[in-house]
Amino acid sequence: MLCDVCNENEVVLTLTEIVGDGVRHIRLCEDCAAAKGVNAVLNSGTPDLSGMLQSVHSQLEDLQGDLTKCTFCGSSISDFRKSGRVGCAQCYVTFEKPLRDLLRRVHGNSRHVGSSYDGPSHEQMLSVGTREQLKQRLQRAISAEEFELAATLRDQLRALEK
Amino acid sequence: MTFDIGSLPRGGVAWLDGQGEHSDIVLSTRVRIARNVDGYAFGIRCRETERLQILSQIGDAFDRLDAESNGQLIRVDELSLQDRQMLHERHVVSKELSQTVNGGSAKVGAAVLVGDGHSVMINEEDHLRIQAITPGLNVGSAFDKARTIDSQLGQIVPFSYHPEFGYLTACPTNVGTGLRASVLIHLPALVLTKEIGRVLAGLQQVGLTYRGLYGEGSEVVGNFFQISNQTTLGRSEFELVEYLESVVRHVVEKEMQARHVLIRDAGYIIEDKLWRAYGTLRYARSLAADETMNFLSGVRLAVGLKLISNMSVYTLNKLLIFSQIAHLAKREGRNLVGDEANVVRAAFVRETLEGEANERL
Repeated sequence: MLCDVCNENEVVLTLTEIVGDGVRHIRLCEDCAAAKGVNAVLNSGTPDLSGMLQSVHSQLEDLQGDLTKCTFCGSSISDFRKSGRVGCAQCYVTFEKPLRDLLRRVHGNSRHVGSSYDGPSHEQMLSVGTREQLKQRLQRAISAEEFELAATLRDQLRALEK
Repeated sequence: MTFDIGSLPRGGVAWLDGQGEHSDIVLSTRVRIARNVDGYAFGIRCRETERLQILSQIGDAFDRLDAESNGQLIRVDELSLQDRQMLHERHVVSKELSQTVNGGSAKVGAAVLVGDGHSVMINEEDHLRIQAITPGLNVGSAFDKARTIDSQLGQIVPFSYHPEFGYLTACPTNVGTGLRASVLIHLPALVLTKEIGRVLAGLQQVGLTYRGLYGEGSEVVGNFFQISNQTTLGRSEFELVEYLESVVRHVVEKEMQARHVLIRDAGYIIEDKLWRAYGTLRYARSLAADETMNFLSGVRLAVGLKLISNMSVYTLNKLLIFSQIAHLAKREGRNLVGDEANVVRAAFVRETLEGEANERL
């Protein structure tokens, strides 16, 4: 399709003008659009919009990040920024991404290559915590909605009570 | 709680005997492993009741350690400020564990297991800080001891561990292995020849860091440096300790070269300076803490250069640790106010050196 003004070049945009009570659509080529003061014709809207969306998105993420609290200890990422100390083991799951980035900056790596750890066997565990301690830990796990841990603690309690 | 620091296994300072390799230059080697008990919040989020539960759980676990890994369990939260400071001056507990919180005592649940050449702090920034100290340069032996205690405890108590990040700690700088290996090293000749700046900058370039006599936040006094690994993640425990040892060997060699240069190029000036340091310590009637450290540094160098003979590394180490404020106050049986500490310090140093000099006659 050719430009409504010069009738020579290909149309790149349609300009909508309000004339009296009605509207008029003019199809323009790049040169004629520039002559009419419509600047940066090609793709001009798209990057701005995506840039804006990106910034809104990242602001939202930051905001959500600040608002997210660890389900176990109640720390937020801004608590960590203030104290420089992580609240609990669960925080490393809740804030995994920012903490992984930080570990990479601090250590140049986030993957542990030292000795691996399996933890004590079920039997060994039972002989350590008293029933009262297990009950208290179970309560805390439930109120923190740490159901996997709660299930383990419940099983330990049951085994102890047998 | 009535507490006699002398009742601890070798006073909690077995490393003072100075029996290890290069012990005139490397005072001690320490390996510390940080661990947290799974199911409890870390230090800053850990409630009082939880700290007490951790203490009881770990206390039970200690009873099941083998005899070599076990020791005497001390409730730091029941000790006087002076006793806590003494434990800190002996490097048995950290400043954090010994410090006073609201109410005049240490934080509730603070405790330490003191064994022969090792200690395990409970309820520090991390639930457990396992540390082994050996005299001289002996990273392997300190590591083996700390690792043995760690692995025994880890089979009784569940530790916080992440499949990717490794052992989890309150401070991200300890995550992974949780291992910090450090040597307390005396580098007077590198300081005097002004080579020290290059050596320290070199350390930082190869992933090591340095601090003062009492670790993080402490200033370098008396040419005593603590050199340690900076990162704890991405390298195995063995790599970390072997690397530290190889770099420290290099630093020791540099220090010995610098000593050789000093004697060759400035023999009598150095000799005079070091004997003056000895003379001041031997006869002064008032000694401030920092100047004592500096003069002790001089005497230590003189012993290393064989200018002063028959003075043991043990005496030098003892003077360094026992001339600190809480030890002096304990010795006098009262708090020392103002310049009193300097007078008592001078008396203690004088008596110790006099005893040593008489033995030499």
